[in-house]
Amino acid sequence: SAMELPPSHHRANRAAALAAGYVCYRRGSPGRGLRLRTVRRAGRRDIDGVGPKYHLELVLEDIVDEDSTVNCTAEVLYHLGNKNIAPDVQFTIEGELKNTDEADNIFYSQIKSLEKELVAENIPDSHGHVSPEMEPIRLLAWVASGYVMWQNSTENTKFQFAQIKHVKQVKRSDEYLEFDYMILLHEMVSQEIIPWQMTVLWHPQHGVQVTQDSRQPKHASE
Amino acid sequence: MKILLVFATLVAAACGEQLFVGDQVLRITASSEEQIALLRALGEQAELQVDFWLDPTSPGHPADLRVPFPSLQAVKIFLESNSISYSIMIEDVQELVDEEKKAMMKSRRIERSTRTFDFASYHTIDEIYDWMDMLVDDHPSLVSKIQIGQSYENRPLYVLKFSTGGSNRPAIWLDTGIHSREWITQATGVWTANKIAKEYGQDPSITAILDSMDIFFEIVTNPDGYAFTHSSNRMWRKTRSINAGSHCVGVDPNRNWDAGFGGAGSSSNPCSETYRGPYPHSESEVKAIVDFIRGHGNVKSVISIHSYSQMLLFPYGYKTAPAPNHQELNELAKKAVSDLAIVYGTKYTYGSIVDTIYLADGTTIDWAYDNGVKYSFTFELRDTGRYGFLLPSTQIIPTATETWPALLDIMIHVLEHPY
Repeated sequence: SAMELPPSHHRANRAAALAAGYVCYRRGSPGRGLRLRTVRRAGRRDIDGVGPKYHLELVLEDIVDEDSTVNCTAEVLYHLGNKNIAPDVQFTIEGELKNTDEADNIFYSQIKSLEKELVAENIPDSHGHVSPEMEPIRLLAWVASGYVMWQNSTENTKFQFAQIKHVKQVKRSDEYLEFDYMILLHEMVSQEIIPWQMTVLWHPQHGVQVTQDSRQPKHASE
Repeated sequence: MKILLVFATLVAAACGEQLFVGDQVLRITASSEEQIALLRALGEQAELQVDFWLDPTSPGHPADLRVPFPSLQAVKIFLESNSISYSIMIEDVQELVDEEKKAMMKSRRIERSTRTFDFASYHTIDEIYDWMDMLVDDHPSLVSKIQIGQSYENRPLYVLKFSTGGSNRPAIWLDTGIHSREWITQATGVWTANKIAKEYGQDPSITAILDSMDIFFEIVTNPDGYAFTHSSNRMWRKTRSINAGSHCVGVDPNRNWDAGFGGAGSSSNPCSETYRGPYPHSESEVKAIVDFIRGHGNVKSVISIHSYSQMLLFPYGYKTAPAPNHQELNELAKKAVSDLAIVYGTKYTYGSIVDTIYLADGTTIDWAYDNGVKYSFTFELRDTGRYGFLLPSTQIIPTATETWPALLDIMIHVLEHPY
């Protein structure tokens, strides 16, 4: 039994945020981060023996260039019976995403040619500022966090990327760039700020990969 | 003469000693030469340590006598038993000294920083509190500052009162910063308070509102949390109260109100960001507002400002049943977000808390609504997650600017629908 949901309904929004995070992970790069702009339509039905399935019509926008948008249809299936299985996400993007080859290649060469490994913290800072040099580092974390959100989402969660607390480049002998991130995720239903460690690999031709990740305990100063 | 003497005591006080606590200055009018002689003799009695600020000269002319606290009773008995008339001119000399010192320091601050306050950046609690005093000084017949209580860590809870007179007029309550990490809200609060003061007499809407109603505006509703976001943890949300039996600190001040308290829309775990607290109104920050609004008795609207999500919400959060005037609140919210969008195209969603975000119990506006405040709204300001709580300071003025017409829509509606 399928049910149409009002696009502003919180259930539609949670599934949409999850789908957008997944799409971002699959299609993102240090030159391109995607996020959810609008839910145009949403429907929900139960799949016997599995769980609720959402059909979504979304508008996604480029994080850096807000005016650059694409339409996206997605299906999200939550596995109610088994918390260890990430939701299934299928998606189709209408039209072309902005080409970021040039920006990606510039960033790649810059990092590859650094003598000392890159280290940075608090991106954005308390006042919301991100220096231009750190923007690709931030986008890469944003894209990688899509993986973490996808893997850890349920019908009762809605994750947003909050901040990079700390990032350290790990030099590799192969062609990949590797970064060790400590990020903060904002889970909006519980309002918790969750520290999460991620090891992220990236190459312009091979996309973003999270090879290792672990949820961290809350900050000691609390 | 008085000024010189006050100055002298000021200098003494500035050296750190509080020399004049409880001392009084009596204005004495001798009615005969005998009484003049008696007064002079009084001044000569070394053990009393009195000094004349204005010497007794002739009958009918007042003499001013500073009397140290320990000698007060003896001097008054002396005057009364000799039928010498007097009145208390200064009830506590130290208080006067303190006030003058404050005024001097204040005017130095004003000269330094009036009209140079940067609305486009985030400020510390001290900077905001200083600015509040400047606002009051700049608009003394419109704005006053009242203290409604103290935070857990004993910081003052200040409310700006905007009033053009009357007595206990119907009022609108505004608060920002109840969740300390939502920095755009305190910043918007500062800009908006300034805007209200500036636009009275210029903008027809705010002028009409303030000609009949009062506005009470608490900008730093959770000062302990706000200080903590500056000193230690930018993402701190709750109060900073110690929880008995737990190493976790703080209560969610927007789950602590006595409206559906203790349901599934809040947590019983002190370590949780939505911890409701041990009992309703356990937080002094919340209790202060409860007592104020109850005591006032004529608050017609409560608007509580949060971030982020770009939403305009109304009751209920603790139950799915629609509020009795749901239709009216919905229409008003629709108009307000439409007028907000006109400014820069920022899109808001709107609806009841439970429909639009989630089940949330013990919230400010549900309490207000259940206590008779028909027009209770929560704003969730910019953005929708691109920066979240870390909204760039470049967006402060645009956010406040676009929110202004939405606030006016609500306040005008309240004005035009008295109850």
